[in-house]
Amino acid sequence: MTVHFAQLAPLAVIIPFLGAALSLLLLRRNALQRTVAIGSLVLTLAIESLVLVSTWNLGPQAVHLGGWEAPWGIVMVVDQLSSLMLVVSTVVSLAVLVYASGQGVADGDEEGPISIFHPSFLILVAGVSNAFLAGDLFNLYVGFEILLTASYVLMTMGGSVQRIRTGVTYVVVSVISSVLFLITIAMIYAATGTINMADLSVKLEGLPVGTQLQLHLMLLIAFGIKAAVFPLSFWLPDSYPTASAPVTAVFAGLLTKVGVYSIIRTETVLFPGERLDDLLMWVALLTMVVGILGALAQIDIKRMLSFTLISHIGYMIFGVAVGTQEALSATVYYVAHHIVIQTSLFLVAGLIERRGGSTNVDRLAGMAKISPLLALLYLVPALNLGGIPPFSGFLGKTGLLQAGVDQGDGLAYALVAASVAVSLLTLLALIRVWNRVFLRAPEDAEYPDPILLAPVPAGSRFLLTSGAVDDQAGRFAGKGDVRLMSPSMLGGASALVAVGVALTVFAGPLFQLADNAAENLVRPARYVEAVLGPASEPRPVVEEAP
Amino acid sequence: MTVNLTLLVVMGVLYAVGVYLLLERSLTRVLLGLMLLTNGTNLLILHAGGAAGSAPLYDGSTAAEDYSDPLPQALVLTAIVISLAVTAFLLGMIYRSWVLGRRDEIQDDVEDRRVARQSSYDVEDDADVPADTTEFDEAPRRQDPGESLETPGARGIEKWGGKR
Repeated sequence: MTVHFAQLAPLAVIIPFLGAALSLLLLRRNALQRTVAIGSLVLTLAIESLVLVSTWNLGPQAVHLGGWEAPWGIVMVVDQLSSLMLVVSTVVSLAVLVYASGQGVADGDEEGPISIFHPSFLILVAGVSNAFLAGDLFNLYVGFEILLTASYVLMTMGGSVQRIRTGVTYVVVSVISSVLFLITIAMIYAATGTINMADLSVKLEGLPVGTQLQLHLMLLIAFGIKAAVFPLSFWLPDSYPTASAPVTAVFAGLLTKVGVYSIIRTETVLFPGERLDDLLMWVALLTMVVGILGALAQIDIKRMLSFTLISHIGYMIFGVAVGTQEALSATVYYVAHHIVIQTSLFLVAGLIERRGGSTNVDRLAGMAKISPLLALLYLVPALNLGGIPPFSGFLGKTGLLQAGVDQGDGLAYALVAASVAVSLLTLLALIRVWNRVFLRAPEDAEYPDPILLAPVPAGSRFLLTSGAVDDQAGRFAGKGDVRLMSPSMLGGASALVAVGVALTVFAGPLFQLADNAAENLVRPARYVEAVLGPASEPRPVVEEAP
Repeated sequence: MTVNLTLLVVMGVLYAVGVYLLLERSLTRVLLGLMLLTNGTNLLILHAGGAAGSAPLYDGSTAAEDYSDPLPQALVLTAIVISLAVTAFLLGMIYRSWVLGRRDEIQDDVEDRRVARQSSYDVEDDADVPADTTEFDEAPRRQDPGESLETPGARGIEKWGGKR
């Protein structure tokens, strides 16, 4: 047996955990803690890249932990989808970590909540990786719990009134969805006697139709809460915007996508039939439309972005519901694109808040003149999210629309029309913010933040400190001279915007990879074979999608 | 599959009481409801393993079907540990909420109300750029002890949302 790099996949979970433990030990030594955190993520990224290269052409491969044979032992499965998700999520986490470290350093936080930030963040990354790699439902549950528990800490960091208020909603909703998931796992185990996903792919088909439907629906509800699809998305715009900018950014990028990933696995591996596809189409339609209408009503940038996040989850559900190879390949590409773009927009919103004093568009104006770089960093991902050619958002949406038209029934056409309309409305919401925050003169703002009107000393545009704009009475009271936009904050955000552009430049190979992933997704037998070994007895053949 | 009726009834009661408590507005009751729900789920997982048998330690003389199924027990153990962590965290949050505001209720989303009114500027809320001082300050109490007798829902929004 040849050893492939895919066998290294568990390290994507273990290294962040070890990094978290180490950085917790270094609680009082911030510089060292940052180095450990960034170092362990770089190492994780390197290993995940090897795994991605190894799975690029080979398809699904299983790692049997502890040498226990499936379906008895714990299995981790890597295929093109999960390895792509691993790489993208770690790239995003790394950029956010650099940004957050910059924020911490700029604020001169020698102790305080920032010291718990790095361990929690690494545990979040470990949980996300574990969920992407899980080969059985319970391990997926554990992955969810790891990332959720870390996210509770990150969400309520600092314990201010606002964060506690929204944190309560977030924690309670998350726990309820986890309990629902656990109940479903128990029921699936009672019905089939296994929780290994490959084993289930074979055994669930033998169950009575009613039982299958119930288990299927319960899984979709549990994952739907996590993925924030309408009508289960109510919690997201309430809780996300109150957390600090890097935390919101990484939540927006990763947490909902883990839910989407689980829905993809449910629809392709566990229940490959087309039973609930119409329901998913309706859900996708409503998620898109309701989400974007919510975004149009907001005057706060972070809340507006939270609503566009919900709206664009609809596109991914649309692709899953169509379920053909073309649709799934476009979905995989779209998920990767959306993780990067949504995170970079939230990071830029954090920079706007830091430089402009607020994320309320009524209080902001003239930012393009104050910081041209920030304007560029906002405009590129905004156009990208809105689906302007030639950016990756356009490519992903085109793929989805093509697949929807090929499907050819009335509901699919309705979704295609809605997708186009929603992408126009997304552009409207984002460009309206652009016009008001960046283009108009500061004097035109309804209630301009004093910091906007403060004279900027010549030659210090990028390295502006709070002393220069005399904001000592406000946000930075009691602190020393604070640098408003530190190089690593700008660096983290710029790097992520650059990755977003790279998704467009390297769209060819990426679409090839997404297509390989989708090819395996529509043939769950390959997944089963990778985990359980070649079929000794003939297994039921799963219909390939047309 | 045989099921222990007593455990089944206990599970049903746990779920019923848990859901009832979850619908309360008091955070402590919500927490109790969540604890009951997770414990009910633990019983459900235990049920999923079928009837009880002898301890799943291999001794060579017991027939395979006479052992208890060890997998649900392992799952329950993991689930208990997870719910312990979440319960501890929620308790911490509830205490923090009590310290900050002397209140034990789930609060409304102020921003939602503001968007609903659709006035882009609200004199009371936006009059001043919020001075976001360090988060470790002991926040001032927002409520006199005498006022706690009022019904929380109606006036709570303005009080909670009004910035310093």
